[in-house]
Amino acid sequence: MSSTSLSATDGQAADLGALPVGFQGRIRAIQVDAGTSGPLPGPELERRLLELGFTEGAPVEILHQGLFRDPIAVRVAGTTVALRRREARAVLVEPA
Amino acid sequence: MSEALVAPLPAASGAAAPWVALVGNPNCGKTALFNALTGSRQHVANYPGVTVERKVGRCMTAGGREVRLIDLPGTYALRARSPDEAVTRDVVLGRLRGEVAPDLLLCVADATNLRPALRLILELKETGRPILLALNMMDIARHRGFRIDLERLSRELGVAVVESVAVRRQGTGALLARLDGMLADLPAPGTVTWQEGAAGAVRAAQREADRILAACVVAPRDSSSGTRRIDGVLLHPVFGLVILLAILFLMFQAVFAWATPAMDAIDAGFSAMGDLTDALLPEAGALGLLRSFVHDGLIGGVGSVLVFLPQILILFLFILLLEDLGYMARAAFLMDRIMGGAGLHGRAFIPLLSSFACAIPGIMATRVIDSRHDRLATILVAPLMTCSARIPVYTLIIAAFIPNRPVGDGILSWVNLQGLVMFGLYAAGIAFALLVSIVIKKLLWRRHPTEPFMLPLPDYKLPSGRNLAIGLWQRALVFLRRAGTTILSMMVLIWFLSSVPRPPEGATEPAIEYSFAAMIGRAVEPVLSPVGFNWQISMALIPGMAAREVAVASLGTVYSVAGGEEDTAGLGEALATRWSLATALAFLAWYVFAPQCAATLGVIRRETGSRRWMLVSFGYMLALAYLAAFATYQVAVVLGAG
Repeated sequence: MSSTSLSATDGQAADLGALPVGFQGRIRAIQVDAGTSGPLPGPELERRLLELGFTEGAPVEILHQGLFRDPIAVRVAGTTVALRRREARAVLVEPA
Repeated sequence: MSEALVAPLPAASGAAAPWVALVGNPNCGKTALFNALTGSRQHVANYPGVTVERKVGRCMTAGGREVRLIDLPGTYALRARSPDEAVTRDVVLGRLRGEVAPDLLLCVADATNLRPALRLILELKETGRPILLALNMMDIARHRGFRIDLERLSRELGVAVVESVAVRRQGTGALLARLDGMLADLPAPGTVTWQEGAAGAVRAAQREADRILAACVVAPRDSSSGTRRIDGVLLHPVFGLVILLAILFLMFQAVFAWATPAMDAIDAGFSAMGDLTDALLPEAGALGLLRSFVHDGLIGGVGSVLVFLPQILILFLFILLLEDLGYMARAAFLMDRIMGGAGLHGRAFIPLLSSFACAIPGIMATRVIDSRHDRLATILVAPLMTCSARIPVYTLIIAAFIPNRPVGDGILSWVNLQGLVMFGLYAAGIAFALLVSIVIKKLLWRRHPTEPFMLPLPDYKLPSGRNLAIGLWQRALVFLRRAGTTILSMMVLIWFLSSVPRPPEGATEPAIEYSFAAMIGRAVEPVLSPVGFNWQISMALIPGMAAREVAVASLGTVYSVAGGEEDTAGLGEALATRWSLATALAFLAWYVFAPQCAATLGVIRRETGSRRWMLVSFGYMLALAYLAAFATYQVAVVLGAG
């Protein structure tokens, strides 16, 4: 399955990279595909996201964003992490 | 920068003191705890072969046991991505050559942010070494409403747990007492079961950490509402950038304005030492040569470099302060998009900012950038940032050639022409750094896209004065060591070249006309005359490559030896009568790019691990310097400034 089909169809889950500041929800899955991993091999991006605390079930909230919407500051399970929207697209979330 | 200090320090007496390694996440207060435990009894060097700082120190436990501490670079996992993290992994696994495996791991955790720390501890347990977990910043955690069941936590993790408050005087008592007990009866190290895990293993470890967290910690609903409110302003897409610019402006204002009294005092001190030498030694004969050596070579040389110490300390004070406050990560956040336009990583902001003080700490700070290509690009452009060694060159020439008057009437009367030229030189450095980066990243390395930007934003906290003082003291030591070795030896060499051979009996020309320096300068002059440089400048450029600021000192030596006048204040006047405006402007343009000093080249070589990048860096800056000076000189001559 791919992230685009989820966000387009069921309306329940969306990727974190597309959401506005103020969004609150929970992580449903970490899903790395060609569109999100960019220069990193997919498994490497997945591990880095996990190490920064983006694990399934963790609560997330988008706190701030930079000039031109990028990067974003995300509160995830008690820690604040800055990342670009491109990588945030690998984080599938559902609203709280 | 010594690499000879990798061997463990000898124990004070009897059996060797045990080694305790401090491990923890970045921003957990690990270095503050290290400073609290060791105070001034610490030493910073490098691990062999890499420029990762090796910080070691000593402390006494409650029971009078001496302990050797090593502060390892912060990390989220033992799986290493950067040279820093590789050092941490190899030391805790006892794999680093020349390094003793630690007897005990002191794992430091931010009590207000235990989630990543617990996963790291689960990983550290697989090293088989005894572990003591210090819950640091317990005062803040309590204040924010965290309730942590220490006994349960210790039981669940299977490691000893103590509280600590690194920034309080009594905050390490429990830790030292516990350390005493554990070191008295150390178990033999177990077997290493650790191996690098895939994503599944990280998930499993975090699940276990979350289970323990839920069982032992009651967290407040929002633990960092203060930080969030501050970030609402400081990370605002527009106001945040305005505030960042204001902070940078204040910083440079401080570097120039606050440092002046201290710099004047240092200058006066060295002048007095010079006068004392003149009073003690005769001018004629062999002792005259000694007098010239001591006054012009030693005192003049060291003085011309030490005078920058106040500026460097003020700049580092700001950098350390912003880092301790937690603002540096925010600056990277704000700058990421803007620097990304030039192909640079948001994390490159801190190294480039440090490069305004000196390219050496700047280049060393690029270690936080994981991707090799992003790191190389930052290393290549860092020396284009106007380092403090260029300041004396700029101020000397600007004072001598640019009129000190307002640019215009009305609102323009606030803008001073000299200040505007100074600003222009800084701006030119930044503009060309971005331009070079675009060329490198967008043209040469199109196939290597920029690494993702992923950076934890720590909660804001008040910095501790003691920590700042220790940090500044270490910066000062590094600078003084450099001034006392590289720069001093270059100054002695310059003095030698410009004083030997002595003029023949009955010589009519100034003594320097007969020296080696004049011969070298004249030999290089034909190459540099198209950019408007005379032989004195040609000569000064060569030692200027040892350290940029030495160029001013050697111009002073050349012209004062030639004219027999010794006050440096007169140097500007001497230049104003001898150089054309076109030459002066070309000299400034040259120094925007000035091929970097020998020490910077050395660091580039060590950091990139190859001679190639050092040569690339030297070559491209030399070419840019020549082209810029050539263009400036020729245009100025056409405009009538020749």
